[in-house]
Amino acid sequence: MRKHIILVLAGILSFVLAACGGQAQQAPTTAPAQPATTAPEQPTAAPAPTAAPAATSAPAGGTSAQPAAGGVIERILSRGRLICGVNNNPLPGFASVDSAGVYRGFDIDFCRAVAAALFDDPTKIDFRPLSAQERFTALQSGEIDVLIRNSTWTLGRDGALGLDWAPTTFYDGQGMMVRKDSGIETLEDMNGATICVQTGTTTELNLADQFRARGLTFTPVVFPDGDSTRAAYDAGQCDGFTTDKSGLISSLTLLSNPGDHKILDVTMSKEPLGPAVRQGDPQWFDAVRWIVFATFQAEEYGITSQNLDQFLNSDVPEIRRFLGLEGELGAGIGLPNDFAVRIIRHVGNYAEIYNRNLGPDTPFNLPRGLNALYTDGGLLYSPPFR
Amino acid sequence: MATEVSRPSSRRAPRQQIGLIEWLRKNLFSTWYNVIITLVLLYVIFQAVTSFVSWMITAPGWPAAFTNIKLLLTWTYPVEHLWRPQAVTGLVFLLLGLSSGVWGGIVRMVTFGAAAISAGLGVVAFTFPDLPGQTSLPGWLFLFLCAGLLIGSDQLALRLRDRIRWPLIIAWLLSYPAAIVILRGGFGLPVVETKLWGGLMLTLLLAISGIVLSFPLGVLLALGRRSTLPVIRMFCVLYIELIRGVPLVTVLFMGALLLPLFLPGGESIDALVRAIVAITLFSAAYLAENVRGGLQSIPKGQIEAARALGLNVFQTTLLITLPQALRAVVPVLVGQFIALFKDTSLVVIIGLVDLLGAAQNIVGQPQWLGTPGGVWRETFLVIAAIYWVFSFTMSRISKRIEDQIARSRH
Repeated sequence: MRKHIILVLAGILSFVLAACGGQAQQAPTTAPAQPATTAPEQPTAAPAPTAAPAATSAPAGGTSAQPAAGGVIERILSRGRLICGVNNNPLPGFASVDSAGVYRGFDIDFCRAVAAALFDDPTKIDFRPLSAQERFTALQSGEIDVLIRNSTWTLGRDGALGLDWAPTTFYDGQGMMVRKDSGIETLEDMNGATICVQTGTTTELNLADQFRARGLTFTPVVFPDGDSTRAAYDAGQCDGFTTDKSGLISSLTLLSNPGDHKILDVTMSKEPLGPAVRQGDPQWFDAVRWIVFATFQAEEYGITSQNLDQFLNSDVPEIRRFLGLEGELGAGIGLPNDFAVRIIRHVGNYAEIYNRNLGPDTPFNLPRGLNALYTDGGLLYSPPFR
Repeated sequence: MATEVSRPSSRRAPRQQIGLIEWLRKNLFSTWYNVIITLVLLYVIFQAVTSFVSWMITAPGWPAAFTNIKLLLTWTYPVEHLWRPQAVTGLVFLLLGLSSGVWGGIVRMVTFGAAAISAGLGVVAFTFPDLPGQTSLPGWLFLFLCAGLLIGSDQLALRLRDRIRWPLIIAWLLSYPAAIVILRGGFGLPVVETKLWGGLMLTLLLAISGIVLSFPLGVLLALGRRSTLPVIRMFCVLYIELIRGVPLVTVLFMGALLLPLFLPGGESIDALVRAIVAITLFSAAYLAENVRGGLQSIPKGQIEAARALGLNVFQTTLLITLPQALRAVVPVLVGQFIALFKDTSLVVIIGLVDLLGAAQNIVGQPQWLGTPGGVWRETFLVIAAIYWVFSFTMSRISKRIEDQIARSRH
């Protein structure tokens, strides 16, 4: 009898294996433009980063503004919609759905910027809500075109997951929340303070490092999870509460009186958040990269969605190049030459995006900090559009 | 005359009648320490109830759920196509009302309950905001029409009765594909892609699809597990034990993440379909075991008697064993369906936004940032109430079916 069972099991197993093998062989023939073909390239993707600069530095080589055949851009254009992976857990200010069912937020606006650059229409876009667990798989399997879901750019993810990160749109980092009436303005004011922090996280270690580096003392009050940490701070057990700034913003909504609290203008760790695309299509990666740069550059030139029309009459050569009035700058990255105009008209420059979602007119009132232009002491720096 | 005399013997034993005060004294204030316990507990209950009620009245977060009612019900379903979910609701209510007239009993109870809830919500719905570009009926009018439709079709069916019995059964069977076509489009209707679906609509769709599709599959697996053919039996045992050994979350992840990697053209399979498939496969394994329990409860003599009468295996199964087995496990199955209905909230982790996901989103909307205490208590209470109404309805139905079975046995 036992022999019987083993035989049957072996039979079923071999059948399943054969079925799987058959499908794997079929994949490339049935779907030439689909993810299946690029999947084999991933192990040998090392030349991809070197190919990317080559494509941008030699726009003169390609005279046509057409996107590469079989590339992601062509697929998006033929589909007529961009598929953008966003956060399924609402992150206030970054991604949430308003009462009319419209997606809004900082990450969402960058999705719209990409759609605007491709279609001159920021509504030609499908949002795909993704959980933290499935976000990278969805990108790898080609289910989404671009992932803009507050994902931190790390070497591990960039390399091992086969992804490419466009420039950071939001420099997140560990922040500190305090009560407004405490009079605390900087970390130095917190000498001897009690601070609520989640245990076993990098947050806890960063906190100790930052305070030791400044020669300050503090009493940590540790909790096993984020919810109890927030609850303890809310109950007044601590003077301060520390976690990532975007996390502080979202916990602000859950405090019993959000108006009594503020987030200090200090950043204690590196959490660069930006759009990610799948490795294997350098042109698409370049396009997303320069779409982000265009929002930085527009702010640097002072071009907004309001005053765009004045700049379209500008005589300054670099502005004319940036707005696509001269030259063929878009051609090399598969975008129309006026892609910057489209982004600015429909979505705005970086400052407009930031202020609309996180700035002084919003309940968050989050200082720009590192997310300011390099000219203002921040980290936003766009390579020249020439 | 003799019969009259024998009457009193069948009278029930007289019930002991005690007054309220006597009852209180006997149960709550019998000894000095019972008096203390009663008073303390009364105080605690009074405090809890009054503070809850006063919180309910003064809570500032109720507008969050009401202004976002569209999100809770249909998530990002296009506003200009909202008439379609309304049409599907109308269709289901029409069938429900007709069934109520034909069969009465439990169905009528559900119908009148649904009508009462519709009418009640219709009054509340006057406060709902109008959506920009709305072409569908306003909420209050729709809900009143629903209540009218339920009662009206019930009265209509009372007159027709037997004439519409079979057409109605066929209509119920067709209503599921019809609802999908109305919601999704095709056949001339513009397509509304499933990635825009969500909220209560998605929760109900997942639950109903899971129940409707897993039922035949589960029954087949249960029969297969009792089959005398070793290959079929082994396959069923393997399937059931494999699925039962894995949490639902894992099956959902398998469906959402692994399936697209295995199959060519990952985009082509709809995320909603993947979730429905995963839920169905999972639920079928449990259902199979429940049905098998019912099958095993049937005495062997029944099958032997059926064979002796000349029924073949199919006839024996379909006419003798299965009807009795299913009847025996109705309470268990309804319990399983209630669990399935609530388990659908797990799809949040694979990126579908069901009722719970929509509520989570509302809590995260920036405009509630200034509300003291946030709006999560009120919002989650509202969706808890929605879950409760459906689960309670199902459990009542199960209770009634149980009672009927118990009565039919005597």
